[in-house]
Amino acid sequence: MPVIEVTSLHKRYGETVAVRDVSFDVEAGEIFGVLGPNGAGKTTTVECVAGLRVPDGGGVSVLGLDPRRDATRLRHQVGVQLQESRLPDRLRVAEALTLYASFYREPADPAQLLDELGLDGKRDTPYEKLSGGQKQRLSIALALVGNPRIAILDELTTGLDPQARRDTWGLIERVRDRGVTILLVTHFMEEAERLCDRLAVIDKGRVVALDSPAGLVSTVTPEQRIRFRPSAPFDDRLLTDLPQVTAVTRSGSQILVTGTGEVLHAVTSVLARHQIVAADLRLEQATLDDAFVELTGRRFVD
Amino acid sequence: MHAFRQILRTEAKLHLRDIPTLVLTIALPTLILVVLGLIPSLREPSPDLGNQSFVTYFTPSLLVITLAMVGINALPTVLATYRERGILRRLATTPASPLALLAAQLMLALTGILVSAVLLAVVARLAFDTPLPQHPLGFAAALVLGTAALLAVGLLVAAVAPTAKSAQALAVPLFIVVMFLGGVYLPRFLLPDFLADVGAYTPPGIQALLDAWTGTAPHPLHLGIMAVIAVAAGAAAAKLFRWE
Repeated sequence: MPVIEVTSLHKRYGETVAVRDVSFDVEAGEIFGVLGPNGAGKTTTVECVAGLRVPDGGGVSVLGLDPRRDATRLRHQVGVQLQESRLPDRLRVAEALTLYASFYREPADPAQLLDELGLDGKRDTPYEKLSGGQKQRLSIALALVGNPRIAILDELTTGLDPQARRDTWGLIERVRDRGVTILLVTHFMEEAERLCDRLAVIDKGRVVALDSPAGLVSTVTPEQRIRFRPSAPFDDRLLTDLPQVTAVTRSGSQILVTGTGEVLHAVTSVLARHQIVAADLRLEQATLDDAFVELTGRRFVD
Repeated sequence: MHAFRQILRTEAKLHLRDIPTLVLTIALPTLILVVLGLIPSLREPSPDLGNQSFVTYFTPSLLVITLAMVGINALPTVLATYRERGILRRLATTPASPLALLAAQLMLALTGILVSAVLLAVVARLAFDTPLPQHPLGFAAALVLGTAALLAVGLLVAAVAPTAKSAQALAVPLFIVVMFLGGVYLPRFLLPDFLADVGAYTPPGIQALLDAWTGTAPHPLHLGIMAVIAVAAGAAAAKLFRWE
């Protein structure tokens, strides 16, 4: 039973079409990613889901409700973390959380939330004195303080250093483990690959693919590449005769085998039978990055 | 209601943490009064001023400083900053209304103005024998309507200015005009009649404040104009105000 249903969403700003045709369902308890380059229409899409914007066409249903008509009811059940939203400089961490907790009927315990987000020692620190990662965690805490069933998180690790980013990912997984469905907007491939159960890849206002990260990678580029240096010379036909192998190319002492399916097993077995050791063996699988290039015909640029 | 109380409490705390701005806004008129009052000749009754001392004559104009600083300067800057930082937008995603924040800001602005007015009147009375406002009801009406008109103009500035910087760019010239027409830069008896008249009809309506302070009921037209400005500017601000 999907908790978010987006059907043929369309949104224009004047002459510019931000979202052309976007449809996807988000199931309860999953981390669903909306991935795409800057300006692809990701934020507009989730802002329509959050009820902050009115779609020009198509439908959005959240927990069976209309984000605009049932806004008041939904705001109690959907926590939103917006891109580039800051707090007053002199507002202290615990005060911010107490303030936001007062908006909800059944808020989470602010103290416990601070503890979970590793902000316990920062209770009395003013917002302006927090680091980027701490501000981001506070922002996530504010999105969770109402005990929402759904959390919408927009670009939550942009501007964080790699360590803070990894910490935030761990945090999001823990939030999901508490049963919160997460709609995550990102333009980081690595983040999408690591966190999301399923992904909608959006480009120029359209969904160009909808699958799990692994599914996306395999449907788009089923080929695997194996590189190695053989310990003894051998005839290419030894490998090209294998049904899993599509091509063998040599560059200097290195051999590159491309193939599909269980190609690695087939190649290593046949080499072993001929007492050839494959030194420096590396298996290169396509990444989400490659998938994106195939889907959109261009490089993903951060 | 719980949410509104919490917003009001939080915003009050934030204002109280900004001590320099707070002191400047609330106590500046009184400080200027005290400085002027230290000059003996300004404490002498003057026939030019209807046998009042200059200090007494000038006191209502000093009140315009706080009114202008709160209404034209502080309120639009705070709101524009909140919008620029996405605070209003974030609030719109919660069950709390950004209107609650607006209401809290207006209540705090009003409180600041009242405290400043009481402080000024009491110090003027105790230190310089300036009588308290002689027509209390008229004075209250003039203060409330003048403040409402100024706050509405401030909201209009906040409504049309996309950023805190542009809010200040709009506010500064308005601030200077309000202070000038309110007789703060130049005592009003030095202003040409024409400009003094204009000041009677522009927020915060200095003539009505003066009349009520010295004992005459404020002219209904002066009060009426303030009410009209408050409603018109308030309505325009409500129509133009964007949360993001």
